[in-house]
Amino acid sequence: MPGLFSRGGKRARRAGRLGDRILFALCALAGLLVVLTLVDVAYQLISNANPSISRFGLGFLVHQRWAPFFNVEGAATLIYGTVVCSLMALVLATPLGIAIGLYLSMMASPRVRVTVGPLVEMLAAVPSIIYGFWGLIVLVPFVQHLEPGLHGALGFIPLFGTPSPTGISVFAAGLVLTIMILPIISALSRDLFMTVPQDLKDGAAALGATPWEIIRGIVLPTTASGVTAAVVLGLGRALGEAIAVALVIGDVSAIHASLFQTGSTLAERIANQFLGTSTKLQGASLFYCGVILLVIGMLTSAGARVIARRFDVARTMT
Amino acid sequence: MSAASDIALGDSMLPDPTAPLTASGNLRRRAAVSRLVELSATGAALAAVAVLAIVVYGVIVRGASALSLSFVTTNPSGLAGGGIFNSLIGSLEIVALGAALAVPVGILTGLYLTEFAGPQSRSAGALKLALDMMQGLPTIVVGLFVYGLIVIPQHHDSGLAGAIALAIIMLPLIARSSQEVLLLVPGTLREAADALGVSRWRTVLGVILPTAMGGILTGAILATARGAGETAPLLICDSIFNPNTTQLNPFSVHGVPNVPMFIYTSFDLPLTQAVTRAWGAAFALLTFVLLANILARVVLARSRAKMSG
Repeated sequence: MPGLFSRGGKRARRAGRLGDRILFALCALAGLLVVLTLVDVAYQLISNANPSISRFGLGFLVHQRWAPFFNVEGAATLIYGTVVCSLMALVLATPLGIAIGLYLSMMASPRVRVTVGPLVEMLAAVPSIIYGFWGLIVLVPFVQHLEPGLHGALGFIPLFGTPSPTGISVFAAGLVLTIMILPIISALSRDLFMTVPQDLKDGAAALGATPWEIIRGIVLPTTASGVTAAVVLGLGRALGEAIAVALVIGDVSAIHASLFQTGSTLAERIANQFLGTSTKLQGASLFYCGVILLVIGMLTSAGARVIARRFDVARTMT
Repeated sequence: MSAASDIALGDSMLPDPTAPLTASGNLRRRAAVSRLVELSATGAALAAVAVLAIVVYGVIVRGASALSLSFVTTNPSGLAGGGIFNSLIGSLEIVALGAALAVPVGILTGLYLTEFAGPQSRSAGALKLALDMMQGLPTIVVGLFVYGLIVIPQHHDSGLAGAIALAIIMLPLIARSSQEVLLLVPGTLREAADALGVSRWRTVLGVILPTAMGGILTGAILATARGAGETAPLLICDSIFNPNTTQLNPFSVHGVPNVPMFIYTSFDLPLTQAVTRAWGAAFALLTFVLLANILARVVLARSRAKMSG
């Protein structure tokens, strides 16, 4: 075998062309494999959900009752729970995440930045099973103590209804999701804030703007769509999280205004019931939940992409 | 436009040449608001670090009491006794299998995006979108997919199915990070190789990949750490008949026992020892994942230093 950079003769050149073709074919195959896998994901999910799809149709999305023994399944409560948990996580994690991004990109000294930044990112590395397990054993009892206080102070808002007896609740699930998506939002927004041209910030400072006015007038407006994309990515993560939520939410099909009640989400229902399905139809319904999650997941990643692209366009124009 | 008017000095601030040069009430208020924002941002960062500390501390304190040499070298016995040896090496095997599938495909995908498809080409756009969507797939959906693809035709769970599911989760992460690193390889290196008449594949194997190796390795380590902690796909593809004995055959009807599923099933048991054992396993898993993250950072820092000079 000649060395990697042997001088080319006719044979070597032919070998080079053949090598080029092989490498190109391998790379193209890998790319094709990615696309095909994605297509097959949709196919497998839909074909396995077919018994449920043909039986319940789109009514599955609006029916509340989930009673596998009676061959009745509807995902309305699951969709509701998914949306409520994720929104709660988003409402808490977005301002916190942006604040952390601002702190790391504009306020922290370089030494603090290189220690605190990776620590925040490590929150994203902790496996979801550990968040779930920790949530059940540490956070849920804490929530149990927290809820009466919140109910007492904010009980006039229906969200903060009668405290749950155990702490297992939509509220606990929302808190766990908040912790899980916080590092996503803060790391992405930090990276975005770092890209704001120093000239703009300096200019504002020269005009007498205070740091907060620079943030509100320069940093946030120039990165708004990128930050939105980051938030949408966090939302996607929250919507699809199964294990951590499964351990702290109770897996009960019901729609309550109060966050302190037990509930269920799409992903969590699949995790909790997949191994114990009593009928074939129930299994198919869980696949149907998977189809809904797939659609939601594709919409969020495509949405984040579209928003981020608009951001790129805006950036190149300025 | 409100943003501009917020920064621009308002009418009240129009310079009055005779005014004394001290902070007016308005400026003091603005400074106070700014200070408050800075304080709350600092507080938010502190809170995030505190949450990490609380989670890690909670796992360490509870897990340490279960940890011992025999805990990691013996198999579980009964519902609550013994250790996690079979789960540990089972997890290692599944994750290694998944990485062995995902790393080559991921690097090749990254190469396709940077070396073969033009940045504006339609195929590159489609592939990037596909990677984004693959990364956005909820992991439980990946589990359902592999269940339909492999478990249903085979009629049983298997370590192989779990490994393939993990590979699908790792693949977009590896492809993305490879692509980003490959883009950083200086174009002058490619041009120099071209000028010497080196064929493309030799340039890729001999110049581009070695230059980007550190970054690619970082991505692979991070993706592997991510895969090691995934539970949802294993719950669906590799969980039902996991034995208490060492089981390394990924094709076996008995699934390959693994750490995430061990934790998931142990905490369900109404036995204190089982929960303690699960904390021990959680401690081992968390240690592995955090160490892998630190390792990835070290590799990245070293390769950056190498690349920049």
